[in-house]
Amino acid sequence: MYEHDVLVIGGGGAGLRAAIAAHEEGADVAIVTKLHPVRSHTGAAEGGINAALRDADSWEDHAYDTMKGSDFLGDAPAIETFAKNAPDEVINLEHWGMPFSREDDGRVSQRPFGGLSFPRTTYAGAETGHHMLHTMYEQVVKRGIEVYDEWYVSRLAVTDHDDPEDRVCHGCVAYDIQSGEIGGFRATGGVILATGGLGQAFDHTTNAVANTGDGPAMAYRAGVPVEDMEMIQFHPTTLPSTGVLISEGVRGEGGILYNGDGERFMFEEGYANNEGELASRDVVSRAELTEVNEGKGIEDEYVHLDMRHLGEDRILDRLENILHLAEDFEGVDGLEEPMPVKPGQHYAMGGIEVDENGETCINGLYAAGECACVSMHGANRLGGNALPELLVFGARAGYHAGGRDLGEARIGTGPSAMSEEEEVDTPVSPGAIGVGDEDVAADGALVDPSEVIGHHVTVEEQRVTDLLEKDDGVNHAEVRADVQETMTQNVNVFRSEDNLKEALEDIRVARERYQDVYVRDPSRTFNTDLIHTIETRNLIDVAEAITLGALAREEFRGAHWRQEHQERKDDEWIKHTMLSWNDGSPKLYYKPVVLEGEDKTYEPKERSY
Amino acid sequence: MSTELKEKETEAETETESASSRQSRRMEQKRQRASRRDLKEEAREEIDDADDTIEIKVFRFDPEVAGKEEPRFDTFHVPFFKGMTVLDALIYARDHYDTSLTFRHSCRQAICGSDALFVNGTQRLGCKTQIADLEDHLGSTIRIEPLPHQEVVKDLVVDMEHFYDQMEAVEPFFDADELPEGELEEQRQDRENREKIKMSTRCIWCGACMSSCNIAAGDNEYLGPAAINKAYRFAMDEREGEDRKQQRLNIIEQEHGVWRCQTQFSCTEVCPKDIPLTEHIQELKREAVKNNLKFW
Repeated sequence: MYEHDVLVIGGGGAGLRAAIAAHEEGADVAIVTKLHPVRSHTGAAEGGINAALRDADSWEDHAYDTMKGSDFLGDAPAIETFAKNAPDEVINLEHWGMPFSREDDGRVSQRPFGGLSFPRTTYAGAETGHHMLHTMYEQVVKRGIEVYDEWYVSRLAVTDHDDPEDRVCHGCVAYDIQSGEIGGFRATGGVILATGGLGQAFDHTTNAVANTGDGPAMAYRAGVPVEDMEMIQFHPTTLPSTGVLISEGVRGEGGILYNGDGERFMFEEGYANNEGELASRDVVSRAELTEVNEGKGIEDEYVHLDMRHLGEDRILDRLENILHLAEDFEGVDGLEEPMPVKPGQHYAMGGIEVDENGETCINGLYAAGECACVSMHGANRLGGNALPELLVFGARAGYHAGGRDLGEARIGTGPSAMSEEEEVDTPVSPGAIGVGDEDVAADGALVDPSEVIGHHVTVEEQRVTDLLEKDDGVNHAEVRADVQETMTQNVNVFRSEDNLKEALEDIRVARERYQDVYVRDPSRTFNTDLIHTIETRNLIDVAEAITLGALAREEFRGAHWRQEHQERKDDEWIKHTMLSWNDGSPKLYYKPVVLEGEDKTYEPKERSY
Repeated sequence: MSTELKEKETEAETETESASSRQSRRMEQKRQRASRRDLKEEAREEIDDADDTIEIKVFRFDPEVAGKEEPRFDTFHVPFFKGMTVLDALIYARDHYDTSLTFRHSCRQAICGSDALFVNGTQRLGCKTQIADLEDHLGSTIRIEPLPHQEVVKDLVVDMEHFYDQMEAVEPFFDADELPEGELEEQRQDRENREKIKMSTRCIWCGACMSSCNIAAGDNEYLGPAAINKAYRFAMDEREGEDRKQQRLNIIEQEHGVWRCQTQFSCTEVCPKDIPLTEHIQELKREAVKNNLKFW
């Protein structure tokens, strides 16, 4: 058994920041990650990091912009903690050598971004995430923090008390991809999930192939509720053929969107009379698809993003990476012609329910970054807010797990934070098929840490052996393709009750088929067939959770649009959609949104740009 | 009369049943449709429908699987579409024909650096290499092999440990002599200086350069282009201070450092991020000479 004080699962931005923080507290910390850290998808973030650094700006303004952007579904304690700490985190990165783009006076540059009342987005060209990831990995190397790279965590080692709030997470089980060893990992201080996105639940996504929602799926099955899963951000500017992201920085620098008739539709069609292209992402994505649906798209599929008028010098200085992406992945020269773009799945606002200290309702289990939901993005995340979020809350989770007292959290977690239960009318029953499909068998017996880990290792060894020894069955790639297809078709930018129900049925069928899945590759050496098969199970669980949340939320808020309910219903819906696995029979309930900040209460206002 | 009544009953029954029976009928159809999804069959149809198809010949090896213990090449027939990359072709072959085909990949957009491969005899990123850009792509077979000069773990996956060790040998982390004090005080960096290190900071650790380098092939201890470039990135960063720069030059000047480079430019040619690696190595050589003169 491997033993450390703190285990961080995932080596992207949130994981690296958490590991550094726990290390600062003197903890023996290790990162367990299915990719080498520099391969993580934080590296693909392009645009920037929002922080109120200048005298003319204030954290209060940043907090307000974020709350408004969230369409009043963000929790004030999370948002205020975030906005206050973001500047320190950016300066931290600068002190760690991050190659930020600079002003003439040598200070860190900032640019305008959608939904911001001040140009507070710091950046490093159009490859901010790459520089941030590498800068933090360098600091991990400097501190000698242990990294188990290409180890795939497939299960959390949680005690089996009936009530999730009594459960304790003692570690995890991981599979060494290169050798096939299944190892038990014990954490005496805490386990921090930092597994990133879940975009692979969709087939048109900016997310990496590795973004399979492992963290939310594992935490959910272990008993942690998942929160606001229906809140999926569709980025308005992705390349049509691959889903590769074209940064909001292009519009921040002055890039213009045109429809097939050459209209600057954001203004001319009145989608956002003030902000135009720089309206919030959900607004721009809906506008684009509306244009396409009305026959004003190009090739019935996309619109144009034009940056030619910015001039070669400015483009090369600030957006050079965009030229490479457009050229390499769409064969378009951004200096000579407009770039084709359409909305693509980009970010999950929802995720593992945590408080401001990164704690879940299971003792010793934390989550941070995209896989977590504090919640600060609510119904819509502002561009440039994901990177500072993973810094602020990655650090807090790391400090807390490492033993620092961060004060009591104001956000409640777990079943005890429930305000009302919900019954959703689903066409098929969601959740587990049959017995033995749970990650925690709640009989209240297993409490000794070594025994708990030993038990989970045994279960995992059995699962892997079964998958490898089966001679015939269903190829996971078929099941995964079915899930991705139905999600993109039915749980997209525009959602209706019928479509959502259809998706639930398709997901149920996928789950049934998954019962017969097998791994063709019999090898214990670098068996990616096995890893993808386990990931596909996670995708089924997160896809179902997203769809259930979307069906329950009968209103239009932020990224979540419903055909039958086209207005924001503040009287009824200023609450979080919560879903607990409930040992295989998912249960939906709600938790109130906290709009009371430290010194003021955020009053919901109409969100216009 | 009785007939009429019976009919009504039946109708009523049908109505109450209809929702659930429609539901189960639909589910059954979905199940059948889903179970018919056969990716191999799909591939056959797609190949028939495709205007063009390509052939990829892929290196296979697995130390513990019978038939793969001895390296071999497998050929896959793949439908070609506009914009298709080498990585797309590999994913297609894996998902449709052989799920045991193994290669690293993640971001699909040339930033994670996972999929450096040896394609038609050159180190390239699979995701960034358009099939259409390869010579005779439709007529001949595209040969895909793991990176040369690195131990093969399985199929196209090589052991990266040595590469990572070399990267870490140059103390690849920012380490300023002193930091500004005071709340939110940042270090200043000239735009010019940022521009100077810009290209060097683009490295994605893919290992293509190291694999292409003849010197690295012959001298296992040679730091290699990527690690020296990393050292350059910090040595040239004005924020770090003279003492640290001195230490950095000492590291790259060692026996297996910059002086091993024979300026063959192979690393520069294969770098997918267009980093002028050879120039950076040369510049460090000059810096080292200048530095040594200073202490004479």
